[in-house]
Amino acid sequence: MIIMKKVYKKYPNGVVASNGINIEIKRGEFVFVVGPSGAGKSTFIKMMYREEVPTSGDIIIDDINLATLRNSQVPYLRRKVGVVFQDFKLLPKLNVYENIAFALEVIEESPEQIRKKVNDVLGLVGLTHKSRMFPNELSGGEQQRVSIARSIVNTPKVVIADEPTGNLDPAISWEIMEMLERINARGTTIVMATHNKEIVNTMKHRVIAIEGGLITRDEVGGGYGYES
Amino acid sequence: MAMKARTFRRHLRESFKSLDRNRWMTLASVSAVTVTLLLVGVFIVLMMNLNKVADDIEKDVEIKVLIDLAADESAVSVLEQKIIETNGVESIQFISNAEELEKMIKGYGDELGLYKQDNPLRHVFYVKASNPQQTATIAKEIGLYDDAYKVIYGEGKIEKLFKVLNTGRNVGLVLIVALFFTAMFLISNTIRITIVARGREIEIMKLVGATRNFVRIPFLFEGMWLGILGAILPMLIMTITYFNLYEFLEPKLEGEFLQLLSVTPFIYQLNGLLLFMGLFIGVWGSFISVQKFIKA
Ligand SMILES: Nc1ncnc2c1ncn2[C@@H]1O[C@H](COP(=O)(O)OP(=O)(O)O)[C@@H](O)[C@H]1O
Ligand SMILES: [Mg+2]
Repeated sequence: MIIMKKVYKKYPNGVVASNGINIEIKRGEFVFVVGPSGAGKSTFIKMMYREEVPTSGDIIIDDINLATLRNSQVPYLRRKVGVVFQDFKLLPKLNVYENIAFALEVIEESPEQIRKKVNDVLGLVGLTHKSRMFPNELSGGEQQRVSIARSIVNTPKVVIADEPTGNLDPAISWEIMEMLERINARGTTIVMATHNKEIVNTMKHRVIAIEGGLITRDEVGGGYGYES
Repeated sequence: MAMKARTFRRHLRESFKSLDRNRWMTLASVSAVTVTLLLVGVFIVLMMNLNKVADDIEKDVEIKVLIDLAADESAVSVLEQKIIETNGVESIQFISNAEELEKMIKGYGDELGLYKQDNPLRHVFYVKASNPQQTATIAKEIGLYDDAYKVIYGEGKIEKLFKVLNTGRNVGLVLIVALFFTAMFLISNTIRITIVARGREIEIMKLVGATRNFVRIPFLFEGMWLGILGAILPMLIMTITYFNLYEFLEPKLEGEFLQLLSVTPFIYQLNGLLLFMGLFIGVWGSFISVQKFIKA
């Protein structure tokens, strides 16, 4: 599903955020990416949806090579990869339903399909009753659920999340994790960067540790491994 | 890839929403286009009329070739043939000295009638150049032919006239182009502000897989509306003003060599041009901004 070969990323300011990363993530896996601040986790994530382009090396997602992907083709990659962020990235002027529908309107889905798909995911994240509310009327956990709903409404093969629980209380974080677990159970590959030790230690998924732009550990069912 | 009708409507809707959301900027750029196009309109009216006057004057410019008294009929036709074959000559007309005298009598009065017995005038050719600006060159060449006693073409004066006319045209054109780019710059700034205001929305659009065109087209529409809205007032003002100016001036200019361009089709052409310029300024101005943003 996701393959990285000798991925090297040097920012224009000279910082090397990936220093030769090799990895293979199989379809349907759930992977945590851990490591100290500034280790290169976000860069690793950003290269997967081509927000950043590697300086050298190959990144292959679902048979698309991101290193040679033309800019004009990036939108079609993004449709296969759902993204979730710490800060939710919802549009404040749109209600819950519209925020999710937005992702389908933008890719020119038909109105009937939009209605059906949005209602489906609203059910999946348990927000059907709040579909007419606006982001500022929701709790952080609910906003993140909207954002997750938006990321999966187009049934992508991969969901990539960069510290999705970073702004949330522990109890709410667990709700979000359950939701991601459910999405993963439907066959969607999930890659999630996190600082949350408890979650990583409890959930027993594959753990990739990055330090100084290098993978220092990669074990299935591993623990967080740092004193957070 | 053809755009779906639904998507097209969506882009239109978005462009209107943005005009409404950024009312002050909309007003500012529409005003900028309005002022620019008004100035452009005035320049065009001046230039086109100047051009017409210039053309009229140019058309009247002719070369008078006095024929040698010694030339007999066959020598005259040899000269005529040579002139016709000269590069750049459009037409030639032979006027006998008797006819010339008739013209003068009409102009100055019957006292000249006494010259009818012993006509002191010469036969002449009136020659026109197909490009009036070549008059001097052609005149000089004809002057060299046998039996061309003298060539008269307003030497010095017409060169000066052409110089003035050409300078006028060029200055007008430069000013119009400068105004055009100023307005484009102003529009592109407005659009940039509306883009920045919608930065988050665009970021999310791109994250969920919107194509560049999908992101871009609403802004191009918005620029188009700004341009069209900005063109409306100049079109109205120019039409009304020119119509009245023409009504007022035309009777006074009756019979003068100076004539204004008639209202139609000139005013239609002017309006078409203003509308097109507004459209172009708007679309291109926003294209510049969007392009910068999308690349960033
Ligand atoms: N856009 C950027 N330009 C320059 N340097 C960057 C940029 N993004 C990240 N970095 C640097 O790259 C390194 C890795 O950053 P990041 O991938 O965000 O790490 P993490 O998410 O693990 O905290 C850091 O030193 C950071 O300062
Ligand atoms: Mg980070």
